[in-house]
Amino acid sequence: MRRTIPLLISSITGFLLIVAFFIPYTESWGNEVMNWFDIVAAFAFVLGAGSLLKMHLRKVSDRRAGWGYSAVTVLAFLMMLGMGLGKVGVPPSEKFPNHPFSGHYLHEGGAFWWIFQYLFLPLSATMFAMLAFYIASAAFRAFRAKNTEAIILLITAFIVLLGRTYAGEVLTDWLPESLAFLRLERLTEDTIMNVFNLAGNRAIMIGIGLGIVSTSLKVLLGVDRSYLGSE
Amino acid sequence: MSGSSRRKRRFSVALVFGFWLALPMIVLAQSPRPPGNLKGNDAPGDVGQKVLLTWTLSPDDLLGTTPPKVIGYRLFRKEADSDTFKKLDDEPTYQRSSYTDNRCQAGIAYHYRVVAVAPDGSESEPAETVESVVPDMEFFDSRHGWYGVILLLVCGTVMYFIELARSGRELKVRKIAGLEAFEEAVGRATEMGRPCLFVPGILDINDIQTIAGLTILSHVARLTAEYDAKIVVPTCRSLVMTTARETVESSYLGAGRPDAYNEDDIYYLTDEQFGYVAGVTGSMVREKPAACFYMGAFFAESLLLAETGHSIGAIQVAGTAMPSQLPFFVAACDYTLIGEEFFAASAYLSGESHQLGSLKGQDAGKVIGVFLLGLGCVLATVAAVTGNPTLAMAVDFLKGNVLGAEGFLP
Repeated sequence: MRRTIPLLISSITGFLLIVAFFIPYTESWGNEVMNWFDIVAAFAFVLGAGSLLKMHLRKVSDRRAGWGYSAVTVLAFLMMLGMGLGKVGVPPSEKFPNHPFSGHYLHEGGAFWWIFQYLFLPLSATMFAMLAFYIASAAFRAFRAKNTEAIILLITAFIVLLGRTYAGEVLTDWLPESLAFLRLERLTEDTIMNVFNLAGNRAIMIGIGLGIVSTSLKVLLGVDRSYLGSE
Repeated sequence: MSGSSRRKRRFSVALVFGFWLALPMIVLAQSPRPPGNLKGNDAPGDVGQKVLLTWTLSPDDLLGTTPPKVIGYRLFRKEADSDTFKKLDDEPTYQRSSYTDNRCQAGIAYHYRVVAVAPDGSESEPAETVESVVPDMEFFDSRHGWYGVILLLVCGTVMYFIELARSGRELKVRKIAGLEAFEEAVGRATEMGRPCLFVPGILDINDIQTIAGLTILSHVARLTAEYDAKIVVPTCRSLVMTTARETVESSYLGAGRPDAYNEDDIYYLTDEQFGYVAGVTGSMVREKPAACFYMGAFFAESLLLAETGHSIGAIQVAGTAMPSQLPFFVAACDYTLIGEEFFAASAYLSGESHQLGSLKGQDAGKVIGVFLLGLGCVLATVAAVTGNPTLAMAVDFLKGNVLGAEGFLP
C-alpha cells in the first residue's frame, strides 16, 4: 500500500500532464500541480529543519569531532529564524503603519536583510570564487599529455583558451584575409565550438532526451519502483 | 523709401525669421505617418484567448533617427458590435511590428486599430483591420503534432521491448565501466573502514535527474548493506531527504540488514547551493569517505565537490545529465556516467530483464534520431547544391514542422 498509492498518484498526474501538453484547455493544470508540489515541499521543510537540528544538537551533546561547527550551525539557524519571524529592525509597511509586523522580512536595513547582505552573500561569493582554483587544478590533471587523445585535448584547450581572450586576436591578427579562418578567435568560435563541440553536445542531448523519456515511462508505468521505498 | 513700406518690409523679414525659428518645433510636433496593413489572426493551439496582430512599421519608424519620430505603437480593440475602441494595456516599442493580445474570449469577433506614437505623445492616423478576427478554442494543439508522433513512437518501442524482455527474450546490453565500478568503490570503502558518500544533486524531487539519482542510490545502498559499509547522504532539499530515507531503508530491508540502517545518515543541510557545498565538502574533509557518488543535477558545485573528493583520495563516480558540468566530472572523477548512461544505470544495475528492455527501446529512439539527422543532412546538402525548390521545401518542412512547432502540415 505504501508503494501503490504514491505510484498511482505519480502515474495519474504524470500521464495527465503529458496529455495536457497537447490539449490547450488543460495547459494550466501544470501550474496547479506545481502549486500542490510547493505546499507539500513546505511541509517537508519542517522535517528537513528538524533533521538538521537533531543531527547537529546530537553532535554538540556528544562532543563529536567538529562539534564546534555544529554549534555555529545551530546558533546561526536559530538566529536567522528568530530574526526572520520576529522581523527584527523591520518597520511597519506604508499600507498598514499601525501594525508592527506588517513590513517585509527582507526589508532593506532590517537585521535579516543585513545578515543576508553582509554575511551570507559574501560567504556564497567566496565559495563560488574558489571554483577558479579548482578549475586550475583539475585542468592541470586533465591536460597532461599522456597519450594521443590527451595531446589532442591539450592542443584544443590551448587554442580555445587563447581564442577566448584578447591574446588570441593579438597573436594571429596579422594573418591575411584569405587565411582568416586560422585566426585563433575564428578557429575557436567557427570550428571548435560551432562544429566539433556543438555536434558532440547535440549527441549527448539526444541521448539525454531519450533517457528522460525512458526513465519517465518506467516511473509512470511502475516498472522501476526502487525510489519509492518499502511496502 | 516711405515709412509705411519700411514697416511692411520689417514685418516681412520678422515673419520669415519667425517661420524659420518655429520650423523645427513645427516639424517636431508633427504626428508620425501611420503604420499600415494591420492583420489579426487567431493564435494556433490555444483555448481561444489569443489573437496575433501584425502590421508594417510607420515610414517614420527608422533606426538611428535623432531625435526619434516614433517611440512605440498604441493598440486599440473593439468588439464587432461595439462602436468604441478601447486601448490595450501594453504598448509595443518602436521597430516592433507584432503583438499578441492574450485577453480575448473565444467566439467573439474583434476589430483592431494601431497608431504610431511620437515622443511628445501625439498619435498618427490609425491603421485598422479590414476583417474581424474570431479567436477559436482548439481541442488539440496541432503545433505539437509531430512531437506527439515521435513521443508515441519512442514510448511504443520502449514498451514493446519491455514486454519482449518480460516474455523471456535475452537482451544484450554493453558493459558500462562506470556502473561496473560501483561494487569496487563500495568494497574499497569497506576495506578501509570509511563511509561512502552519495550526493543526489541539488534539485528537488520533481526533477527527473533526482529521481534517476535516487534509483541509483537504492542499488548503492543495497551494496553498502551487503558489504556492511556506512552510507552517508546529505541532501539539498527536504523532500529528497524523506524520499532518500525511504529508498535506503528499503534497500537495507531487501538486503536483510534492517538493523544496519541509520536514518540519521541521510540528512538535510540547506537549500542554498553554496551553503550545501560548504557543508558537504566540510564533512568530506573531516570524515574522509573512501567512495563518493555524485548522481543527479549539478551546477557550479560539481567541480568543488569532485575536486575535494579527489584531494581526500576517494574513488569517485559521477553521473549527470547537465552537459555543462560533464567536463568537470570527467576531469575530476574516476568514472563518469554521461547523459543516457546515467538514466540507464538503474536498469543496468537491477539486471531485471524487463528493465533492460527499456534500454533497447532507447536504442530504437536513437535509430529514429539518426534517421531524421541523416535525412535532414542529405536533403539540405542536395537542396543547396542543386537549388531544387521542392527539396528546399522538404528541408523547411523537416525543420519547421517535424522538428519545430509550425504544425502538422506546411
